[in-house]
Amino acid sequence: MHVSLTVNGQRAVTDVEPRTLLVHLLREELGLTGTHVGCDTSYCGACTVILDGKTVKSCTMLAVQAQGAEVTTIEGLAANGDLHPVQEGFWERHGLQCGFCTPGMIMSAVGLLSENGSPSEGEIRHGLEGNLCRCTGYHNIVRAVEYAAAKMRGEEPPAPEWEEGSA
Amino acid sequence: MYPRSFEYVSPGSLDEATSVLASTEGAKVLAGGMSLLPLMKLRLFSPDVLVDIGRIPGLSSIEDRGDHLAIGAMVRHADTASDSLIGEHAAALATAASWTGDVQVRNQGTTCGAIAHADIAADQPSAALALGATMVAASAGGVREIAASEFFVDTLTTALEQGEILTEVRIPKQGGGSAYEKLGRRGGHTDYAVAGAAVWLDVSNGAVSSARVALTGVGAKPTLAEGVVEALVGTDGSDAAIAEASERALEGVTVLDDLFGTVEYKAHLAKVMTRRALQQAVAAAR
Repeated sequence: MHVSLTVNGQRAVTDVEPRTLLVHLLREELGLTGTHVGCDTSYCGACTVILDGKTVKSCTMLAVQAQGAEVTTIEGLAANGDLHPVQEGFWERHGLQCGFCTPGMIMSAVGLLSENGSPSEGEIRHGLEGNLCRCTGYHNIVRAVEYAAAKMRGEEPPAPEWEEGSA
Repeated sequence: MYPRSFEYVSPGSLDEATSVLASTEGAKVLAGGMSLLPLMKLRLFSPDVLVDIGRIPGLSSIEDRGDHLAIGAMVRHADTASDSLIGEHAAALATAASWTGDVQVRNQGTTCGAIAHADIAADQPSAALALGATMVAASAGGVREIAASEFFVDTLTTALEQGEILTEVRIPKQGGGSAYEKLGRRGGHTDYAVAGAAVWLDVSNGAVSSARVALTGVGAKPTLAEGVVEALVGTDGSDAAIAEASERALEGVTVLDDLFGTVEYKAHLAKVMTRRALQQAVAAAR
């Protein structure tokens, strides 16, 4: 079937079988392998992308359901070589270890911050409930989102915990 | 994981959708897909034809119809959870929607879809039952209304017939107060309910005048707890009266054990959730 959609600002037109999942269209038809397939059962959130402004799990959506939609993947966040504040937060606050869940975590964090620019720690944890990380214990991911939230508000991010009390 | 091959149809109107369903054997309705697509990926279910109702205009609104609210077939969980009308007249459903799945699932899945799927541990079916909802089913043969008390038949089985689409869930604007409480499988309110209770009740002249209590997660389907209502109506709705009534939550219910709890544990939880939901609903109704 014919599917046309906008991915990271670029129009994409492709022919797929109806059973093709959105994540496979992104990875295999468009070569955007930053969006990961993790659990494949809709639990882990590694495949999270932003579709028409809302986070969705691209492994649990048919590509044909995204007909006409605007999709943003992890590849679409950085602009002109500058990391998105959420990407920068994950870098600065060690929000990853193996990195497999990271693209989905970042997309969910971007979705969260688009609706709530000043989330509490509880709101961040709740906002990421659809994303599983098996390495970090989530702690530094929360710090990374706090960093990004501050940056996006134009404020100085909180100091990393490993520097607290050392000054 | 790819599902088995199927034919995909995206009708532009409800009439077109019902006529495809009527003329195509093995056709299944796709709305948000949050329950259907995982089943298809695991190949537990392989329909020949999917009828995607996601592009039919007019199914995405929550309307105030005077004596009831109407929730359209494509209203997402996130919209049900945050809508001010639902919050005012159907707090139990708003809460149940806000605890359904996770953020991404709530952005894509639909309230009507969750109710039509009728998972034994889902949140919103029990809320619809407690609120005395009416389901509206459309087919090529016309439209019929089904009371929530008649709608849930068995595990993953509703009164919907092949060829019917659940186009709307209607919640009466009935005053009183409602609430939903659960323990989720991943703790707190996250994931399906190990056990949950939805409650609607009204209070007049200081006494509980009428009530409906529905349980989820414990039996084969969302179930009305008539014993609780019998014990509670006519009392002052005090904590003591609620505690006593909650003890009768499982009368007539066959509690099923599963990976998430023994019969004894789930029975205990159901009583606790009933008590908590009743306390909230009484506070809201006063």
